[in-house]
Amino acid sequence: MEKTVTQIHPPKGFSLGLKELWQYRELFYFFTWRDIKVKYKQTVLGILWAILQPLALMAIFTFLFSKTWPIDTGNIRYPIFVLSGLIIWNLFSNAVSHAGESMIHHAAIIKKIYFPRLIIPGSSVLTAFFDFIMGLIVFIIFCFIYKQGSHVSGAIFFLAGIVIILLAAFGAGTFLAALNVKYRDFRYTVPVLLQLLFFSSQVIYPLHSIGQPWLRNLLSLNPVNAALELFRAPLSGAQPDNNIVLIGLASTITILMAGIYFFRKTEAYFADIA
Amino acid sequence: MQPAIEIRNLGKQYPLVTSQPYIALRDVISNSAKNFLKPGKKAKEKFWALQDINLDIMPGERVGIIGRNGAGKSTLLKIISRITPPTTGHATIRGRVGSLLEVGTGFHPELTGRENIFLNGSILGLKKIEIEKQLDAIIDFSGVEKFIDTPLKHFSSGMQLRLAFAVAAHLEPEILLIDEVLAVGDAEFQKKCIGKMEDISKNSGRTLLFVSHNLGAVRSLCNKVVYLQNGRIKGFGAIDTIIEQYLGDISSTQNKKAAKGNGNVTIESCRLLSGENETSELFLGYPAAFELKFTSKQDLKNIEVAFNIRNIYGDIVTHSTTLDNKIQFEAITNETLTVKASLLSINITPGVYSIDIFVLNNGELCHGYTDFMEFSVINSDKALRPDGFPPHVITFSETNWEMIRHEDL
Repeated sequence: MEKTVTQIHPPKGFSLGLKELWQYRELFYFFTWRDIKVKYKQTVLGILWAILQPLALMAIFTFLFSKTWPIDTGNIRYPIFVLSGLIIWNLFSNAVSHAGESMIHHAAIIKKIYFPRLIIPGSSVLTAFFDFIMGLIVFIIFCFIYKQGSHVSGAIFFLAGIVIILLAAFGAGTFLAALNVKYRDFRYTVPVLLQLLFFSSQVIYPLHSIGQPWLRNLLSLNPVNAALELFRAPLSGAQPDNNIVLIGLASTITILMAGIYFFRKTEAYFADIA
Repeated sequence: MQPAIEIRNLGKQYPLVTSQPYIALRDVISNSAKNFLKPGKKAKEKFWALQDINLDIMPGERVGIIGRNGAGKSTLLKIISRITPPTTGHATIRGRVGSLLEVGTGFHPELTGRENIFLNGSILGLKKIEIEKQLDAIIDFSGVEKFIDTPLKHFSSGMQLRLAFAVAAHLEPEILLIDEVLAVGDAEFQKKCIGKMEDISKNSGRTLLFVSHNLGAVRSLCNKVVYLQNGRIKGFGAIDTIIEQYLGDISSTQNKKAAKGNGNVTIESCRLLSGENETSELFLGYPAAFELKFTSKQDLKNIEVAFNIRNIYGDIVTHSTTLDNKIQFEAITNETLTVKASLLSINITPGVYSIDIFVLNNGELCHGYTDFMEFSVINSDKALRPDGFPPHVITFSETNWEMIRHEDL
């Protein structure tokens, strides 16, 4: 049998460590499985909670905007527009905030055992994705209730939207996770930043309703906008806006690379400072 | 044959932590603003936790790592298990590593015993198939099969420990790294664990690296010892030679700081005895003795000898003096005296302790050391409780329990 040889040296250079992540792939599963299991054991409402929150918000926004301040959402009915926005937004914000806290949360384990550290924020994102799937099922049911028309041709966009939001959340989450270990007071700014991001996302209003092209392009830097543009494509039947998608894609890739790079650069010292 | 563990010039430097264990962004910003206004910043103080470590451990060798607290034992193990990177040098590890720096890493109170076996096992590097294959053996070894499907929060701490150790004992790595995990738990289960580890390392030719204060466990498990002192290797070789060297060092007054007194006497050494043997570990409920040797620099009367025993938090848990026996000594110039203090029974709970020693004359300190040497108290058959002592318990009272029936009720 071939011997595993491990080299230990001071940190230098940069690598993704994909091979090692693959070796430890089962740990992704176990951490995610634990988080889901614990979450649903601890709360009485369990899965219902992941569903009720966006539904309640949907009702509030629909009430507010359909009566007082009608917004043109094209072929998509407003409640469906908001609900689709909310489940994608929740996926992003849950994934980012949980991944951001994850390293501090796992400090005890980090100090006692080695495994590729990216697994920790990674499994936080997967846990948020599980909640998203629950929300998605409800969303599809609501599409039927509201007799929302859909176009199968947009299915590929729909999937691309989910992939973009996952990648962006993973990138931002790992960046935040590393930052939180290094600077312990940064976490207090996270809720404010997320709030800001929420209002710059086309969750409750469509980006098209913004008149100024420069502002629209600026807001497109927020990856949630590209994700929603794609996610809603099968509902509206319209072609997603190229500008929004391309700017969002570029910023997603930047966030992802910056997040992973910063994380990998600092992770060697997590056990010393966590 | 190539070594299983090959360490070259390994060193680890830590910044000397002053106030906060972590950095606040707030402070970074305010400090850099200050430095901007007032240039000329001072360099951060650093210290070497490990330095110039060179070590070759061959496959199948079972090596104990000993040394005082802060000697770098755990840091070395953390570097080899890749938890923290070295600052200098490198190491090559040949073989699959299983490291056990804590029992029950990642245990979650809400999950059942069975679920925790899978979680803990996979954190320790086992594949799901391997865990499934060993599941029955693990549950059987743990002795908690009745509760295996109840949440871990309903387990006693002893049961959790058994379960955790059962998982760890069934890791089958080629190189096993173990840190002081046996310091907790009851004597019976410790014996079982040591037996299992002996079985693993001796009979299957695995390489073992074992950090412990428990020299007895090191003796029974290992066939070689590394002795670390202030981050450097002081000795590496056969068990008896190195342990003797270590005990010699901790009982002699050389390299000891914090000496105090007017210098009328000089303490030469202080040894810890269990029976006739010099040791650094004592057994709960059994007798032990300190033997202190000192030389008088002048003619003295009314000499008193005393000691404190401190726990790891620095609290003095007990104190004894020759005055308790109404004894005082006399000495003439350059006379060397040996004083033996026999403790009838060690009644402080298992753990690591240190001893302060003092020689006084007419109530004035002549020579004394705080934190002179460390020793550990190990659980014994005097306390057969299954879960060990709760952490806040300081003393042990040897008690005879009996039940008196009230026949006339």
